[in-house]
Amino acid sequence: MNIWLDTLIVLVVLSNLKLLGSSRLVPCIRIVAVQGVVMGLLPFFAGQETITLRMVIVAAVSIGLKGFAFPWLLLRALRGADMRREVEPFVGYGMSLLVGVIALAAAMWMGKRLPLPGVHVSSLLVPAALFTMMVGLFLIVSRKKALTQVLGYLAIENGIYAIGMVLAQEQPLLIEMGILLDAFVAVFVMGITLFRISREFDNIDTEQMATLKD
Amino acid sequence: MSLFLAVIIVLLAGGLFALAAGKLPRIATLLGAGSAVLACGAGLVPVLRVLIRNRPESFRLPWDVPFGSFAIEIDALSAFFLLPILVLSGLAAVHGAEYLLAYRDRKNLGAPWFFYNLLIVSMLLVVVARNAVLFLVAWEVMSLAAFFLLTFEHEKGDVRRAGWTYLVATHMGAAFLLLMFVILGQKAGSFDFDDFGRAAGAISGVASMLFVCAVIGFGTKAGFMPMHVSLLPEAHPAAPSHVSAVMSGAMIKTGIYGLLRVLSFLGAPPAWWGWLLIGIGVFSGVMGILFALAQRDLKRMLAYSSIENVGIITLSLGLGLLGLSHGWPIVAALGLGGGLLHVINHSMFKGLLFLAAGTVQRSSGTLQMDLLGGLLKRIPATGLAFLVAAVAICGLPPLNGFVSEFLVYVGAYKATTTYAAETAVPGLAVIAGLALIGGLAAACFTKAFGTVFLGEPRSEQARLASAPGLAMVLPLVLLMIACLFLGLFGPLMARMVQPVIADITHLPAETVGTNMAVATQGLSSVVIVSLGFLLLVLLLAMARARLLAGRSIGQASTWYCGYAKPTARMQYTGSSFAQPLTHLFGAFLRTRVHLDRPAGLFPKEARLVTETPDVFAENVYRPAFEGTGWVLSKLRWFQHGRVQMYVLYIAATLLVLLVWKLG
Repeated sequence: MNIWLDTLIVLVVLSNLKLLGSSRLVPCIRIVAVQGVVMGLLPFFAGQETITLRMVIVAAVSIGLKGFAFPWLLLRALRGADMRREVEPFVGYGMSLLVGVIALAAAMWMGKRLPLPGVHVSSLLVPAALFTMMVGLFLIVSRKKALTQVLGYLAIENGIYAIGMVLAQEQPLLIEMGILLDAFVAVFVMGITLFRISREFDNIDTEQMATLKD
Repeated sequence: MSLFLAVIIVLLAGGLFALAAGKLPRIATLLGAGSAVLACGAGLVPVLRVLIRNRPESFRLPWDVPFGSFAIEIDALSAFFLLPILVLSGLAAVHGAEYLLAYRDRKNLGAPWFFYNLLIVSMLLVVVARNAVLFLVAWEVMSLAAFFLLTFEHEKGDVRRAGWTYLVATHMGAAFLLLMFVILGQKAGSFDFDDFGRAAGAISGVASMLFVCAVIGFGTKAGFMPMHVSLLPEAHPAAPSHVSAVMSGAMIKTGIYGLLRVLSFLGAPPAWWGWLLIGIGVFSGVMGILFALAQRDLKRMLAYSSIENVGIITLSLGLGLLGLSHGWPIVAALGLGGGLLHVINHSMFKGLLFLAAGTVQRSSGTLQMDLLGGLLKRIPATGLAFLVAAVAICGLPPLNGFVSEFLVYVGAYKATTTYAAETAVPGLAVIAGLALIGGLAAACFTKAFGTVFLGEPRSEQARLASAPGLAMVLPLVLLMIACLFLGLFGPLMARMVQPVIADITHLPAETVGTNMAVATQGLSSVVIVSLGFLLLVLLLAMARARLLAGRSIGQASTWYCGYAKPTARMQYTGSSFAQPLTHLFGAFLRTRVHLDRPAGLFPKEARLVTETPDVFAENVYRPAFEGTGWVLSKLRWFQHGRVQMYVLYIAATLLVLLVWKLG
């Protein structure tokens, strides 16, 4: 049992709940950034004796992207769209928190049953990762603003990162870099798309995009 | 074999280069048509080598696709089908070069040439493939290339609709083929055709089911009557005419090829297979030619006539199967032989007719027969070629259509004279069906030739028809010579088809030879009489020239006699010529007549409009598709454009699966 690791994991869980309960967009971006930084730090507390150069590089790139580059891109897009709040989501904030708690319980149940190697690091890690992914999916499903959905995507990405850490501690450097690059490009594109959507529809409400269907 | 592979590479390279040169229409045409002509010419070498030596050539390359291997082989059956594909594709490319160049200001010509070459390659591969996966891939490429070719003029709404109809129908057929090959592969434990052939014991239990799948799947491509909507009558008239010629002359024959190839895996056929094919054949033949008779559009008429000819091929094959199952080698040999020869013959004269229709369209701008007329004086070479092909398609000597139908007739007579009910009845059905088809075909093509080429022009555009260029006429003349040649050398052709029959039926070559000889002797005497007839015609023509020499010859418009003010509208129209027959068979055709009768003592306006929509498209397929559309439209709420809901579907599915797996 590693007290530092568990603290970080609890931090991730709490950040997820905050994400569900907050309506203001700027703090949401900050929370996801913090979550990304915490995820980047996780490997150093995951019980490895030695800290290799590889770990440092991956962590540095990951923290740099998720903690600083993404928030900067998204805040810029937000400024362009002149939007501060998520209004009228499909699921209210109180309800969202409730769903979050249920999801946490479900994640705990699944984490126990998932036959994954390397769970010895911490019994909380897999449930937290699953929970993060579920919260990300839930954000995408329940919110209207395109920006919140990008945040949901980033949360999913964080969850995947955590699962990947458990599954294959010895992943090749190249693959991790590839995943990060993938996320970077995705966010980059989404930032541009956000800008375009806001210009075309005068806001970033994805409801409006339903008019595009045939 | 290496030459054959080179042919495929040249075709693909030519197509790609043409695509790249799409902005330069002349260069694209040169590259596309040039490579097609070159490759088709070169491709004849290995084909003829196999046909003459009667020794298969094969080639095999490992392939990464699961269950697949790039196994190809040219045996007698493949070579026999390659022959019309290569000849017709090469000649149609020459015709198409001029036909398509007329569009050079409006359209990119790279794409049609790319798809044309792709169509040829895929047809070649379908016929030589010896692995089910390779076969299906080639089959699919062929369907798609044809789709892109026939939607060449996609800015027209009815062309787009024809394209979709074709695409849907052809894939429904392909679904049956997939099913058939999966079952075959499962029984044989491999997807190579060689293993299918060896696994006859394992297959025999499901042979009938496979046969039905093959008839539906390949029949959709070939145009058997209830399944004919895919290519006819919608798709073929919509395509550029050289493409119609290749599709009607060559592509639909791949359906016949597929059926024969699969039959060779299925072992000895039960008698009902023969009955089924004869039934489909007679039905397609009679209905096809009846609908052809009722059409007013020249290409639509030709497309229906293709159904008729596929019907003739099918009933011949059915007769052959019947002979095989009852152990009458003479019936088997003559039935299959007639059917196979008709494959080649039909591709020659139908290719010619479609190309001639293209020339008519190019020179006068319309294909409505009732707007044409008198074209023989304006485009004489095309008219002559059309006439020869029309005589050939009616099965009259000394042209090639007669040869194949004669073999089938003799085979059917032999079946009848066995005096056993189970062979005599279908034999009589074949004779009656063929005779009816032949008579109606004669009426149909008399109507077509008479309306389009004889008489006086019925419209201004027909009057102003201009002579086409050499590239459009040359293929017509060559095909006309081929029709005559194949007719006069019928006995030779019958000998060429013997190894193919021996391959399919597994009968010894000598048995096939002696049985075929029965018919070829009769054929030889017909050829001699025909030659005498041709000589007589030549002598009469010379005598006429001699008599007319030095005298003044007056030229007047046709039907000029006795009228003070004749107009072109006083002529028989195509519809009025066909009216007695269409009336007689009105119960099948269901022609719609809109008639505004002249009224009063001094009638001013009257109107008569008739149209003959396809009975099956109207009464079977349209309700079926509309029903499907109605059912599926109930699911429209599922697709509402909300991203959130789409993600929710995915998330819910994943969660349910995860919980189900873990629980």
